Amino acid sequence: MAHINVDTNIPGMRSLLAYRPIIAPPLLALMKVVMRSNEGLSLGERELIATYVSFLNDCTSCHIIHGEVAQCFYKDAPELVSQIKENEISNQLPPRLHALLSIAESVQKGGKHVSQAQINIAKANNITDLEIHDSVLIASMFCFFNRYIDGLGLTSNDTLETYKERAKNIAENGY
Amino acid sequence: MAHIKINEELPGIRSLMDFRPETAAPLNALAEVLLRNNEGLTMGERELIATYVSSLNDCTFCQNIHGAVAAYYLGNETVVKVKEKFEHSTISNKMKALLQIATNVQLGGKYVTENDITNAKNEGASDIEIHDTVLISAAFCMFNRYVDGLGTHAPDDPEMYRFRAKKIVEETGYTHSSPK
Repeated sequence: MAHINVDTNIPGMRSLLAYRPIIAPPLLALMKVVMRSNEGLSLGERELIATYVSFLNDCTSCHIIHGEVAQCFYKDAPELVSQIKENEISNQLPPRLHALLSIAESVQKGGKHVSQAQINIAKANNITDLEIHDSVLIASMFCFFNRYIDGLGLTSNDTLETYKERAKNIAENGY
Repeated sequence: MAHIKINEELPGIRSLMDFRPETAAPLNALAEVLLRNNEGLTMGERELIATYVSSLNDCTFCQNIHGAVAAYYLGNETVVKVKEKFEHSTISNKMKALLQIATNVQLGGKYVTENDITNAKNEGASDIEIHDTVLISAAFCMFNRYVDGLGTHAPDDPEMYRFRAKKIVEETGYTHSSPK
């Protein structure tokens, strides 16, 4: 049960935005700017970082929904998303993705866990400063959203079907 | 040294806002609604939560700048005492209950217990105050990681933070604060 009186018929973070409308504009603007830009990181890579960090934070609803959104961008590689959703990142991943997710993993532990060695590996894989910036910001954002949702005790009425439906809509139309 | 090429003459998040103005705008707008609002929690109480969570996350820049803003409203002694051990400070029992929630949010959302919420409600905290406490704590788990994860620079001089805090409170807020 949610810790405060929110409308539980509205799925995910939307119920909190409906409860506290003044925060909706900046939060949605942040989501749009950071998650829906194709400059540098692809939309799929952004969603994979969100999925992995939500998994590390044990936020079930975020990790399912963003995993499904990511899946929409990786239709040819269904095993890629499940690999990231269910396991720790492995060296089987493409090096670029491995470098990005390894930075995200350190951010999840705390900002100071990001090491110069991780940054060097990213740069050796031609990952730009902007892409490093966006990876750190996305990982940080999901440390925020995951805590916001779980800290208020939100539960989800979603089924795998409704998650997939919402994910398709997000992938196509944005946040 | 910062992990990416930013203007290192600018401290903390300001160097990142200068690097990426597109993300600076919604981040500043978010800080404004989280912190510059007197509905339920006062601005001083909001800044105190931000300072406390930033100290738990060991983020030097954020705990100093928000600590300086909180001190503007509540006095420096309160801020120092809360960071040391809030249970022993002179803040209200309601704020102590809310800071306990903030402590658990910093660990992870699922660490917030039904008991924490009941205690806060028994001390007179409203749903909106509980919501805003969770929101501010969670948001600083983002800001702190963003600032430290990119290796930005945090100056030592307390005067710089006091000067900037006064400017935020009296002139610019967060929306109109320029990175420079």
